[in-house]
Amino acid sequence: MVDGATRDGYGAGLVELGASNPDIVVLDSGVSDSTRSKKFGDKYPDRFFNMGISEGDMVCTAAGLAQAGKIPFATSFACFLLGRSMDQTLVSVAYSNTNVKMVGTHSGLAVGEDGPSAQMIVDLAYTRAIPNMTVIQPADWEEARQATLALAELKGPAYMRLGRSNVKGIYEEGSYKFEIGKASVLKQGSDAVIFATGSMVEETLKAIEQIGSDLDVTVVNISTLKPLDEATILDQVGKNKAVITAEDHNRIGGLGDAVCEVLMNHRVSKPYKRIAVNDTFAETGSASELYEKYGLSANHIVKALKEVTA
Amino acid sequence: MVKSALSGNLKPPPKTLLSRRFPLNNSKVTHLENRAKQLRRKILKLIHKAGSGHPGGSLSATDILTALFFGDILQYDPKDPKKPGRDRFLLSKGHASALLYCTLAEAGYFPEEDLADYRKINSKLFLSGHPHPKTPGVEIASGSLGQGLSVGHGIALGIRPEFPSARVYVVLGDGELQEGQIWEAAMSAAKFKSTNLIAIVDNNKVAQDNLTKDLKDLEPLEDKWKSFGWETLRIDGHDMSQIMEALQKPVNPEQPRVIIADTIKGKGVSFMEGQTAWHGVAPNDEKLEEALKELE
Repeated sequence: MVDGATRDGYGAGLVELGASNPDIVVLDSGVSDSTRSKKFGDKYPDRFFNMGISEGDMVCTAAGLAQAGKIPFATSFACFLLGRSMDQTLVSVAYSNTNVKMVGTHSGLAVGEDGPSAQMIVDLAYTRAIPNMTVIQPADWEEARQATLALAELKGPAYMRLGRSNVKGIYEEGSYKFEIGKASVLKQGSDAVIFATGSMVEETLKAIEQIGSDLDVTVVNISTLKPLDEATILDQVGKNKAVITAEDHNRIGGLGDAVCEVLMNHRVSKPYKRIAVNDTFAETGSASELYEKYGLSANHIVKALKEVTA
Repeated sequence: MVKSALSGNLKPPPKTLLSRRFPLNNSKVTHLENRAKQLRRKILKLIHKAGSGHPGGSLSATDILTALFFGDILQYDPKDPKKPGRDRFLLSKGHASALLYCTLAEAGYFPEEDLADYRKINSKLFLSGHPHPKTPGVEIASGSLGQGLSVGHGIALGIRPEFPSARVYVVLGDGELQEGQIWEAAMSAAKFKSTNLIAIVDNNKVAQDNLTKDLKDLEPLEDKWKSFGWETLRIDGHDMSQIMEALQKPVNPEQPRVIIADTIKGKGVSFMEGQTAWHGVAPNDEKLEEALKELE
C-alpha cells in the first residue's frame, strides 16, 4: 500500500494515461508543481497546456479541446478551479456535456495554514448540483491513481476532489478495483455505520482504532459522491443501528445531505450525526489543529459514535 | 499512430496553412448581399413567430455570417456536421441564435421548416434561445458571454496537429469584450501562436442597456488587440467586399487574427438601427411588415 497524497496518485495516474492514450491532454493554471499535473507535463510537453492564472479560460479551453476529440484534465487548486469558473463549468462543460475532467487539489480545511480563502469547502455542493456531472473524491493514493484512469474512460464531464496532505494507504493495487459509482466497505460492523469521503476516511479509521472493541463499527468509503451508491448505503444502514457521515466540507450540500436524501427517500430513520464543517469559515492553522477545532478530528468522530449509539 | 504534436511546448506553427483566395468579383459580392438580405428577412420572421428573441445583434452580424457560410470561406459539410477536418464556427454572442439557426438551415444542416419550433418546448433540434451542440452545426453552448474565444482556442489547439489547415472562427459581440475572460483567451492564443484561430468582433457598439462605450469604453480597440499579440484588421462589417477580403487574407504565420467589423445594431431596418430598445424584443405584426418592406 502506498502512503501519499491523493494529488500524487493523480500525478501518477496521469503519467500512466499519457503512455496509454494519445488523446489525453492536461491543463493547469500556473500551479502544476503543486497539483502534480507537472508530472504529466514533464513527460508529455506536447500535450500539456499551462494556461496561466486564468481558470475560466482554462476550463473553456478544456471544453474546446474536448470538442476537438481530446480528453482534457483541467487542473488547479479546488478553491480557484471552481471558484473562478462556476459559470464556465455550467455552460461550456456541463450543459454542453463536454468530456472535460476537472480536478481540484488542496481541498477542505486539510490545506491548513493558507487559510479560508484557500480552504475549499463548498465544491461538493457546487458540483453535485450540476446536471451531467460525476463527482469523485478518492481516499488514498492508490484510489486516486485508479480514479484518474477511470475518469479517462468515462464519457462526459466530471469533477475529482483531491487533497494536499499525505494519507495512509488503504488500498492495494491488484486487490482493489475502483469503480465510478461504487462505494467500498472497509470494515463490516453492526453498531453504527460511518460513511466517509476523502481525507475523512483516514480520520474515521483513526477513530475506530481509538474506540477499540467498545463498538462494532462499519466503515464505508464513499468515493463517488455522484452518482451515489444508494444500494450500498441502504444495505449498510439496514445492517447497522446508527449512521454517521464524515466529510471535510461544509455541512450543506455535501456527503451528509446526499446520504440523508437517500434515507428520507426510502423512509429510513436511524440515529444520525453529521461530521462536517459547521457552516462557518475556519482560520489558519495546521490541518490537525483545524480538524480538532472545527469538529472533523477522530476525537469528534469517537464522540459522535458514542452519542448515536447511546 | 501519428504522434500528436499539440502546442503545449510552443512548437512553431505549421507552415502548411493554405491561403483561401477565391475569385471575388462584383457578381459574387452582389450575390452575397442578396443572400444577406434574404437572411435578414428570415431572421425577423423567425423572431416574430417565436414572440421573443434578439433582432438587433442578429442583424448586425448577418453580413459576416453570410460571407463565412456562403462565400466559400468556412469549409463544412452540412450532411456530415461532425466531419473531423471541418472548419469550426462558434457564435460566442449566443443571443444572436436566430441568425445562427437561419444560417444553418440555409446552409443545409436541417430543413427550414424545422425552424418552426425555435424557442418552443420540445423543440426537435433543440433550437433554444441560445445555441447548444444538440443542434446540428453548433459546436458548443453559448449564452453566457465571454466564453467562446477560450472554447474556440481549445478547439484550435486540439485540431492543429491533425488538421493544420482547418480554422476556427469565433464571432464575438463588442459588449462581451467587457468580460475579462476574452482577454485571458487573447493572451493564451498569442502565447500558443494559435494562428488557426480567427476572431471576428461584431462591433455594433450597442449593448442591452446602453451604448457599449457608456457602459465601459472598449476603444482604442485595435490597440488593445495588437498589444495582446494579435494581428488586427478593421473593416466595415456591412461592406461585403471588405468582409470577404479580410476573410480571404492568408493566415498570419505568427499570430492569431482578429477582424474588428464595425457594424450597426439592427442593420437593414431603419427603426431598429442603433437602438438599445431592439436588443431583445420581437417585432409585432405591424413592425414586422414595416421591417420586411425595407428589406425588399
